[in-house]
Amino acid sequence: MSDPELTGAEIVVRCLQAEGVKYVFGYPGGAVLNIYDEIYKQSEFKHVLVRHEQAAVHAADAYARATGKVGVALVTSGPGATNAVTGIATAYMDSIPLVVLTGQVPTAAIGMDAFQEVDTVGITRPCVKHNFLVKDVRELAITLKKAFYIAATGRPGPVVVDIPKDVTQQCAPFHYPAEIRLRSYNPTYKGHAGQIRRAVQMLLEAKRPMIYTGGGVILGDAAEPVTELARLLGFPVTNTLMGLGGYPAPDPLFLGMLGMHGTFEANMAMQHCDVLLAVGARFDDRVIGNPKHFAKEARRIIHIDVDPSSISKRVKVDVPIVGDVKQVLEELIRILRSGTERPDAAALKAWWAQIELWRSQNCLKYERSDTVIKPQYVIEKLYEVTEGDAYVTSDVGQHQMWAAQYYHFRKPRRWINSGGLGTMGVGLPYAMGVQLAYPQAKVVCVTGEGSIQMNIQELSTCLQERLPIKIVLLNNRYLGMVRQWQEFFYEERYAESYIDALPDFVKLAEAYGHVGMTIERPQDVEPALRDAFGKYSDRLVFMNFVTDPHENVYPMIPAGKGLSEMILV
Amino acid sequence: MRHIISLLMENEAGALSRVAGLFSARGYNIESLTVAPTEDPTLSRMTIVTRGSDDVIEQITKQLNKLIDVVKVQDLTDGSHIERELMLVKVRATGELREEMKRLADIFRGRIIDVTDKTYTIELTGTGSKLNAFLEALEPEAILETVRTGASGIGRGERIMRV
Repeated sequence: MSDPELTGAEIVVRCLQAEGVKYVFGYPGGAVLNIYDEIYKQSEFKHVLVRHEQAAVHAADAYARATGKVGVALVTSGPGATNAVTGIATAYMDSIPLVVLTGQVPTAAIGMDAFQEVDTVGITRPCVKHNFLVKDVRELAITLKKAFYIAATGRPGPVVVDIPKDVTQQCAPFHYPAEIRLRSYNPTYKGHAGQIRRAVQMLLEAKRPMIYTGGGVILGDAAEPVTELARLLGFPVTNTLMGLGGYPAPDPLFLGMLGMHGTFEANMAMQHCDVLLAVGARFDDRVIGNPKHFAKEARRIIHIDVDPSSISKRVKVDVPIVGDVKQVLEELIRILRSGTERPDAAALKAWWAQIELWRSQNCLKYERSDTVIKPQYVIEKLYEVTEGDAYVTSDVGQHQMWAAQYYHFRKPRRWINSGGLGTMGVGLPYAMGVQLAYPQAKVVCVTGEGSIQMNIQELSTCLQERLPIKIVLLNNRYLGMVRQWQEFFYEERYAESYIDALPDFVKLAEAYGHVGMTIERPQDVEPALRDAFGKYSDRLVFMNFVTDPHENVYPMIPAGKGLSEMILV
Repeated sequence: MRHIISLLMENEAGALSRVAGLFSARGYNIESLTVAPTEDPTLSRMTIVTRGSDDVIEQITKQLNKLIDVVKVQDLTDGSHIERELMLVKVRATGELREEMKRLADIFRGRIIDVTDKTYTIELTGTGSKLNAFLEALEPEAILETVRTGASGIGRGERIMRV
């Protein structure tokens, strides 16, 4: 039997169905009307109508972060595509698998400065893993297959497929290939056996070991082998902001997050270790600070990453292992278990004694108050009330760091935030993507009054989809992180970091059909949270916590300084 | 250090812009870049001449390899190789200059491929330094126009780059 003749729009829908897509986040417009017409006629996947295209991409991105599946967004040409760019760049920086379908003006109009025309492929090229302009309907199905394959494999990332309107109208025989191979794209998954043996030897010789894992462990589903390896060897572990949940935070081997706002013990151990095992992490500027300072202490580095270009980019490593982090770690563990040799116990004991000394600094302590709500306290209570089992999304700023520091993530894919691009405004659409993926789960958006207003319109989408998200707004009336830098580095000249004329968030929440609360006293924090997850468990609750405006995030490594140059409280 | 990097890539629309965009986005130098389809029309071969420390060159080759359309990357500088560049030079060829231009072209094994009563256009191939030497041998006022292709490179002997 020959393949059925379908229109391009039908082909798009059939491809999404064949990929097992459950949700498409999008916003219609002229160039994608044919696709929307086909979506209307089917029920295999659901379309979620956002209120701004940026949120569509963020929601699809969060869906991918929480589930490990490829997220899908659909936007129209021109402004639809440009609005999506921030979302695409956010996903690109954190290596999130996405397929973003953008409408385009008809092929004959391309280059004519047509209505709602932009060069989407050109605009998105630097912030996608790959992109395509489909000019021939016969190439549509195979291109979408490639898009999903490229997005999900190797180091994942967003792929944009730009589809001109006439292509969605034209017909072609439809065949969706089950598998695809590209001669120009073959990610390495299996680590080099000799390098893995060298790594094992180096780990066994370590006297002051450290395991440092990043977002790659989350994306590569390698939290289990990381945990197994650390426990097998008794080595300390730190996670990057993107890697939180890669190791259970309450475990004594865990030293907390490292980096600019990492713990004293994690940063000191990172600086002073003699063997460093880096897994799915990229030594970025917010993690190790100044690479020259980092390089001052001699240490040998093993680096496991699926992306060869992440290795020896900022820091020279001794044993590079390109491969799938999970496979490589499992192989490391297999070799270790097959032998009896273990690291020098006495040396390890001395190292732990040093680490405990650093840990006894209790660097996350903060001044408690009976009169004003401390933002850290809200996160601590949130952790208690949700029993550490919520999905927590955040925006970008102080609240993000406090959430990372005080919510002790035990499982991967529970902490959803924009680490690389640092995009304010992701929090609410991120929570939407997660809540849709897991309707029964507790989903919290920790945000600030600056960030939440960057995608506040999505409260409307939340009502339409009846998403019972809990918004924890740490409202300090300042762009807090900006204010903190101005206090430390600009002699307290608070240029444009104070937000006057804030809306009444309770009325705002109510206007959008949700529950709003303002909490002003410390003793009301826990009851409010309990109400949100109890009495109002099926509603979106917008909790406006009026917090101490002068609180800062500690510890802090000033930009360009080294890991041991922390400012402590 | 100067490196000459060869690429085989899918002959797709936009492939060149991906490479050029990568170099500008990451702040790498491009001294020259040449590209044309190969005997297999689905593939293009590109030669990029760049400069950078060993670390930078390592990143450049890794980042090029990461581009989805790139099939193969080779740093020709890693082994023995040949490179050639084509230059067309339009020179003033009047009076006694006319004879001298012809003689110089002969010395550099150039060919005069277009003649008017006032000008010659000389075609010259060779390494970049040979082409430079030719230009330096000319009186600056005699040079009316030059166009150079940038270097194309290939490995010597059995060193073969193909799919």
